[in-house]
Amino acid sequence: MTEAVIEARGLCNRFGSQSVHENLDLDLYRGEILAVVGGSGSGKSVLLRSIVGLRRPNEGTVRVFGQDLATLDETQRSLVERRFGVLFQKGALFSSLTVTENVALPLIEHAGLSRADAEHLAGVKLALAGLPISAADKYPASLSGGMIKRAALARALALDPDILFLDEPTAGLDPIGAAAFDQLILTLRDALGLSVFLITHDLDTLYTITDRVAVLSQKRVLVAGPLAEVEQTDDPWIHEYFHGPRGRAAEDAALRARQER
Amino acid sequence: MTVPSATLDITEQPSRLRIVGDWTLAHYASLKRECERLGSQYGDDTQVDLSQLGRLDTAGASLLAELLGSERLSRCTDELPDASRALLKNVYCSVQDYCIPVKEPEQPVLLLLLARIGRAVDQLWQDTNQVLGFIGLILQTLFLRLFQPHRWRVTPVVAHLEQTGLDAAPIVALLTFLVGAVVAFLGATVLADFGATIFTVDLVAFSFLREFAVLLTAILMAGRTASAFTAQIGSMKANEEIDAIRTLGLNPIELLVVPRVLALLIALPLLTFVAMLCGMIGGAVVCALTLDISPAMFLSLLQSDIGVQHFLVGLAKAPFFAFLIAAIGCLEGFKVSGSAESVGAHTTSAVVQSIFVVIVLDAVAALFFMEMGW
Repeated sequence: MTEAVIEARGLCNRFGSQSVHENLDLDLYRGEILAVVGGSGSGKSVLLRSIVGLRRPNEGTVRVFGQDLATLDETQRSLVERRFGVLFQKGALFSSLTVTENVALPLIEHAGLSRADAEHLAGVKLALAGLPISAADKYPASLSGGMIKRAALARALALDPDILFLDEPTAGLDPIGAAAFDQLILTLRDALGLSVFLITHDLDTLYTITDRVAVLSQKRVLVAGPLAEVEQTDDPWIHEYFHGPRGRAAEDAALRARQER
Repeated sequence: MTVPSATLDITEQPSRLRIVGDWTLAHYASLKRECERLGSQYGDDTQVDLSQLGRLDTAGASLLAELLGSERLSRCTDELPDASRALLKNVYCSVQDYCIPVKEPEQPVLLLLLARIGRAVDQLWQDTNQVLGFIGLILQTLFLRLFQPHRWRVTPVVAHLEQTGLDAAPIVALLTFLVGAVVAFLGATVLADFGATIFTVDLVAFSFLREFAVLLTAILMAGRTASAFTAQIGSMKANEEIDAIRTLGLNPIELLVVPRVLALLIALPLLTFVAMLCGMIGGAVVCALTLDISPAMFLSLLQSDIGVQHFLVGLAKAPFFAFLIAAIGCLEGFKVSGSAESVGAHTTSAVVQSIFVVIVLDAVAALFFMEMGW
């Protein structure tokens, strides 16, 4: 098996008396696309926040590239964080900057590019993420939900990260956009050797691009493995999830698409 | 590790362009300079040698795509691994779609200045119009609901009354107490030269009853309450909650604005009264400590010298200030558009406008009362 870039061990997250994760273990291997699925409120976003270091878990450790973020000093931590690209659920674009400036910001701050170079490269990333040129000089407030997603992806990709965290990337996109998004992530993963941590409810994404699926349920990772394996797990929730009407439809669609290719 | 570069070898015919090393973000600046230098030098027949290309990321790929162009790129990428080829193709296709938007030519400074002044004046006119329209809307809603007691919303009014009135009482009391003491000190110092320190009592009482109490309270409310109203309504607007209220067939003015206006209409006169008392207590304390005017004497002087109309003049202004502060605070909240930044900008604007309006109105009122001899 290839090396793990993220190892979460014995993770516990609690909010007051309510516990979200108990003793959760999860690995992300280099170069894979791991999808994390789970019911609403099962703590998928909390897991992402614990891994990228936005939330200190109550117990347990998260090791990224073999290092525990919580124990690193600020400079080392910043170096590790530069290898992350995070796409937040609502985009989290800086509202006081234009879309281009949003993407150029990390390039200027961390890659040391001149403003002109950074904005040029930002334009390329925006185009790569499929944002029309007319949107480049707009402020996030005047963009649609799908455009915000694309701009946020461009920002996440700005520093060519090693690990890409995507929190429901295709939610709110039209089917054409969502399919293109899936393909883009596949291409980038293949070309750049990205490891992708993907939170999603989109069954089509699940069937088309993921290497492994981790099911978050009952406060831990119930099962993690290739889709075919996970589907067969004997658990009522998993059965409902993958063999419900939507699950079956997505599976059929993915199968048909594969045959046509 | 080899230094990434692009070199043109012209010793052979046709010339060869060698792409060497890792084309990644870390080397972007130097590679870009090199590409710009090379861009015009090689001809159509140049062979491109990509065999020594190391790692490639989106930044490097975009440079390569720009350097080589589509045709050449499709001819020479056969030797690359599939993944890199796919990345190059993807980047190339998107770069082709993308071109730098054309910047508009700059206009002369004088023209820009004039345009800006014009816009500001127009904005001022529209803002005034909006405030007046909004005030009309509030009055209309208030008047209509006045005769429908079953639709009075008592609970929100009480809640806002607590926030704007009760919670503000300590700060208003402390502030006016201190200002009262300061005014008494000033009076004591200046009036001592004329041997008229006894008139310090009149000074404190006059200034607080007629002006200071209501003005200080109103300014404090403008800073504290107008901003709170704007932020509350503004974040609701940004979150589409106002739209939700409308689509539910409810009236945001009635639901959000009227309770706030009513609460402040009640709270500001009460706070003004607190401010008058505390200001005069501050004055009395200073009088007792430094001028040997005992509190009993202070009170008897108040009773004999100061007519009740001064108290009424001060208090009469409070409801007007309250109405304007609440109206401006709520209106700025409704003007918020989408972003968090806009909430901040409109909160600032609400505070500035309401303080401005309060002081202007107070000046006008002072003139009016003076002419009337009240």
